Amino acid sequence: MTDEQVIDLVNRTLAEEFELNLADLTPEAHLITDLGLDSLDFVDMVVVLQNAFHVSLREEPSIQQIRTVGEIHQLVIAKKRELDAQS
Amino acid sequence: MPRRVVITGAGALSPYGHGVAPLLAGLGANRSAVSHRPELGTIPGLRCQVAARVPAVDLAVIPRKARRYMSAMSGFATLAAEEAIQRAGLTPEQCQDGQTGVCIGSTTGSTLECEDFFRDYLVNPDISRLKSTHFFKIMNHSCAANVALALGTRGHQMAPSAACATGTVAIGLGYEAIANGHQLRMLCGGADEYHPLTSAVFDVMNAASVAYNDRPTCTPRPFDRQRDGVVCGEGAGILLLEDLDEARRRGAPILGEILAYATNTDPGSIANPDALITRDCMARALRQANLAPDQIDLVNAHATGTREGDIAEGQAIGMVFGNRVPVQSLKGHLGHTMAACGPLELIGVLHMIQHNCLFPTLNLDDPDPDCGALNLVRETCQAQLDCVLKTSFALGGVNTAVVVRRLSE
Repeated sequence: MTDEQVIDLVNRTLAEEFELNLADLTPEAHLITDLGLDSLDFVDMVVVLQNAFHVSLREEPSIQQIRTVGEIHQLVIAKKRELDAQS
Repeated sequence: MPRRVVITGAGALSPYGHGVAPLLAGLGANRSAVSHRPELGTIPGLRCQVAARVPAVDLAVIPRKARRYMSAMSGFATLAAEEAIQRAGLTPEQCQDGQTGVCIGSTTGSTLECEDFFRDYLVNPDISRLKSTHFFKIMNHSCAANVALALGTRGHQMAPSAACATGTVAIGLGYEAIANGHQLRMLCGGADEYHPLTSAVFDVMNAASVAYNDRPTCTPRPFDRQRDGVVCGEGAGILLLEDLDEARRRGAPILGEILAYATNTDPGSIANPDALITRDCMARALRQANLAPDQIDLVNAHATGTREGDIAEGQAIGMVFGNRVPVQSLKGHLGHTMAACGPLELIGVLHMIQHNCLFPTLNLDDPDPDCGALNLVRETCQAQLDCVLKTSFALGGVNTAVVVRRLSE
């Protein structure tokens, strides 16, 4: 899976789950102030991304600091690479 | 001195569609809302293949942040509650003063959502796939909580669960909250979403309709000799109850006054009602309303079309009212919408009072003498209607009766 494919799937997953426009999912978009997500949405965001990518994100130390769409992209890309390296 | 309580708004999501208007149009046309459900025929052991389903409704009109906690039943309840306050001439903002409460129940939490969870969990018991919002759809007070959150109400939140009497119990509790001066307004009612398990519950007790799968609009048949059981349905019925003085102060439309709510328990059987205890419940409602039996113009019966239930209720009505008072059931039209049935049928009653007209009991072709010598309404007719006693009963021995009347000074 290329980085572009990861970004595309992250965006489509978030757009579907939170009923967002794909065009609004820019890397700099703030999850709370721009996209209107809240703490329960953050929990469900982790769940749907884990299901989409078959990775474990819940215990990632950086997950609590994530605030933008771009930061999610980077986290998932890193996790995918880590997983790919292990396999 | 108890406060007087009136009904100033109504909302419906019924097997006839979204809104009070299609509900009253369906009842007025004596049209059955029951249909054949071929998908039920794929379930081994389930003989009943008819149901009264809500037509497709777009729950996405509810904003995502409110909708994410809702199963279908909470969506139904929210749409009906929004209609009730709109018809009462209120806005959600006017219901956010702490003087408006919510009392809405369902027979269970969402069975569909439970099924979804366990289908996955029993194969792979791992909760990491579980969304944070899932539990809120399953909890027993899901409808009440979701309506309260969607509308922003800050008063009472109650969620009775009394099987088929749930909606009427909710109306009773809301009535008491206002009569006792605790709230000025209460959004009251019940909601349920259909699941084959609902029909199965009655089918295994031989209390579901199974003989009319090829003629779905001919069942259920309250008080008819050929009745063979319940037809399960779904929906939501919500009434806005209001303190009379408050309703008058703001010039609200007044659909009727609640004079009494009575309830008692039949401890003899969890499933088979006792006519004497049912009679006591109706008599208690009359005493509370300070009315004699001959001051009641109509009994709107629970009468679901089961063999035993209709006999017990018919005999109880006969003991209290004799054969003078007209008696009808709306289950022949609507099927049994479970927690929603009491309030949906009460909306029909309020309409009948307003228009001095009686809807018949649909599918009542041949009255069963075992149900007593009752004055059963068999065709639409005009009659002066001021006071109506409405009953709802439930598995678990729950009996309820409400008395409503046209508002008089």
